Amino acid sequence: MSEVEKGQVMTANRLRDGEVVFLTRSGEWNEKIDEAVLALEPQATAALEARANEDVKATLVTGSYLFDAERVGGKIRALHMRERIRTLGPTVRLDLGKQAEGTGGAFAFKEA
Amino acid sequence: MYRYDEFDHQFVQERTAQFRDQANRRLSGALTEDEFRPLRLMNGLYLQLHAYMLRVAIPYGTLSSKQMRQLAYIADKWDRGYGHFTTRQNIQYNWIKLEDTADILAALAEVEMHAIQTSGNCIRNVTTDHWAGAAADEIADPRPVGELLRQWSSLHPEFSYLPRKFKIAVTGAPNDRAAVKVHDIGLRLHRNDAGAIGWEVMVGGGQGRTPMIAVTVRDFLPEKELVAYIEAIMRVYNLYGRRDNKFKARIKILVHEIGAEKFKAEVEAEYERRPEQTTHVEEKELQRIAAYFAPPAFEKLSRFSPAFEEAKLLHPGFARWARNNLAAHRVDGYTIVNISLKPEGGIPGDATSDQMRLMAELAERYSHDELRVSHPQNIILPHVKKDDALAIWQALVPAELATANYGLAGDIIACPGMDYCSLATARSIPISQAISRKFADLDVQEKIGPVKINISGCINACGHHHVGHIGILGLDKKGEEFYQITLGGSSAENASIGSILGPGFAGHEVADAIEKILTTYVKLRQPGEEFLYAYRRLGPQPFKEALYAAA
Repeated sequence: MSEVEKGQVMTANRLRDGEVVFLTRSGEWNEKIDEAVLALEPQATAALEARANEDVKATLVTGSYLFDAERVGGKIRALHMRERIRTLGPTVRLDLGKQAEGTGGAFAFKEA
Repeated sequence: MYRYDEFDHQFVQERTAQFRDQANRRLSGALTEDEFRPLRLMNGLYLQLHAYMLRVAIPYGTLSSKQMRQLAYIADKWDRGYGHFTTRQNIQYNWIKLEDTADILAALAEVEMHAIQTSGNCIRNVTTDHWAGAAADEIADPRPVGELLRQWSSLHPEFSYLPRKFKIAVTGAPNDRAAVKVHDIGLRLHRNDAGAIGWEVMVGGGQGRTPMIAVTVRDFLPEKELVAYIEAIMRVYNLYGRRDNKFKARIKILVHEIGAEKFKAEVEAEYERRPEQTTHVEEKELQRIAAYFAPPAFEKLSRFSPAFEEAKLLHPGFARWARNNLAAHRVDGYTIVNISLKPEGGIPGDATSDQMRLMAELAERYSHDELRVSHPQNIILPHVKKDDALAIWQALVPAELATANYGLAGDIIACPGMDYCSLATARSIPISQAISRKFADLDVQEKIGPVKINISGCINACGHHHVGHIGILGLDKKGEEFYQITLGGSSAENASIGSILGPGFAGHEVADAIEKILTTYVKLRQPGEEFLYAYRRLGPQPFKEALYAAA
C-alpha cells in the first residue's frame, strides 16, 4: 500500500469511436487505466512507443502519447488533471464517461 | 424564416456522401490521420478528450422548431442526451463516434443543417445579433447580409486555404450584441445625416492569445459594394497574411504589423483595381436573399397588455423573470424571451434533449416557430406576444429553464474547458458553477445589476474572457490549474480588452475573489452606474486593494 512507483502510461483514442484507451502488458488497448502498463524505465517506454506507432499505422488508434502516472496501492493514477479527466470522464458530469460505466480509474472525482 | 436554397440542398447531400466515403477510407486504413484530419475538420469533426466532438453550424443562431427537435433526436440517438450551445451560436456534441458521423450528417441534412464552415482555415459561418429581426433598436435585420456573405464565401476556392480561420460578425443595431469589434471583420449598419443606411467595415479585431479591437477601414459603405469590398480585404490578407507562424497568422496581426493606415491603403488599392460593373451585388439578388428572412405575420396589438401586467402582480417569480429575461420587441404587444441556459450550479450552454424539445414546442406555439442561439450561450424565442409570456414562463419553470438571471452575474459564459477540450489548460465549468452558487440569491444578482463574467479554459479565449467585464482565464502553472482575473473588458459598441488585475488564484479561490470585486463595486458605485462604467471611472486600484491588500 505504501509503495508509490512513478512512470509513464501509453494512451490514445480508439479510431472508430474516439474512446480513450491505454496500452496493456499484453500489447492490447484497454479502456481501463488499471489494465495499463506503467513503464518505469526508458527501455519500457520505448517498447510502448514502438507498439503504439504500429497500431496507429494499423488504424486501431490515433493520437498516441505517453503521460506521467504513478502506481499507489496497486492502482494507477495520472499525475496531471487533464489525464485524470481522460481516465474517468468530466469532473462536472459524474454520470458520464468511464466513471459512470465502470471502466474508470480507482481515484474517482468527488461530488462538488 | 431562414431556409436553404436549392443549391445548398444538393450540395449538402453530396457533401454527406463524400464524408461517408472519406470516413470509410480512414477506418479501412486507406487514409492516414494526417490525410483525414483536414477532411474531418471541414465537416466540423474534432477529436477531444473523451471522444470525437461534432460542431454543427446554426447560421445566425436561427433555428426552426423542427430543426431544434432534430438536434434533440441526434443528442439522444448518437450522443448522451444533451448538447452544448457555443459562443459561436453553434451546437457541439461531446460523445460522437467516427463510425456514426456520416449518419449524423445525413440526419442534419434532412432538416437543412450541416457542419460546414465550423472549422478549418476558411471563412467560418457568419454570426449576427441574436435578436435580429426582433430588437426594438434595430435599423434593419443583419441576417440577409450575413447570408449574402455566406453564399459568396461558402467553399470559395480563393478563400478555402487562408493563412488562418476567419470570422465575420454583423449587427444591424447600434447596441452591439454580436461583438463585431472582436471579429476578423465586423460590420455595423448605421444611418448618415441624410437618413441613408450604410455599413461601417471594421477589420482586425479578435481574441485568442493576442486580443485586439478592430479598426474601421470604411465608415459608410453601400450595401451593394459589401461583397466586392470584403473580397478586396480577403485578397490583401491572403497575400500578406503570415503563414510561417500559426500564432501570427490572423488578420489582426497583419493589420497591427503594417499599421491600420497602410492596411487600409492596400485594401483601397485592391478595391480600385476591380471592374465595378461586375462586382456590385444586384438589387434583385439582395431582395431574393432578404425574402428568406421575411418577418412573420405579426398581429396588430396594443403596446399595453393587461394580461401581462396582471400576471406580474399575481406572480412575483414571473415579475422578476419578466424584468430580467424579456427584451423590447420592435412590434407593439410583442416581446423577446431570453431563456437562460445558466441555472444555479449548471453548465453554461448545456441543454438536455428534453429541454430542447420543450423549447421547440414553445417556439412552435408562441414564437412563429423560431428560436435563436445567442453567443452568450442562451436560447431566445424572438417573437412572443406579451399575452403569452406567462404561459411560457410556467412551462419553463419545471424544466429548470426559467432562471431569471439574463445579463446578471449568474449568466456566465464558459467554454467547455478541460472537462472536455483537448486544447484546454484548465477547467472552466467548475469555476462557473462555483460563482453561480455564490450568487445564487437573485436579489443579490439584481442588486449588483448587469455584469458579464466570461471564463476561458485556455488562451484561445473561446469563453471570451478578454471582453468580459470580469474575465477569468484558466492556465496551467507547473501542472496545477490556476486562474487569472481581468477587469474592464467589453464586446459591445464600447469594446475594450480587459486588464489583468494581479497574481492569479487557485480554482477554489476564484468565486471568493469575484465576490470581493463585486462587493467593492457595490460599495463604490454611483447611483445607477453599471459595473463596467464604475471600473472605467475607478480604475483597478480599489479592486486590487480588495483582493490583494489583506493577504
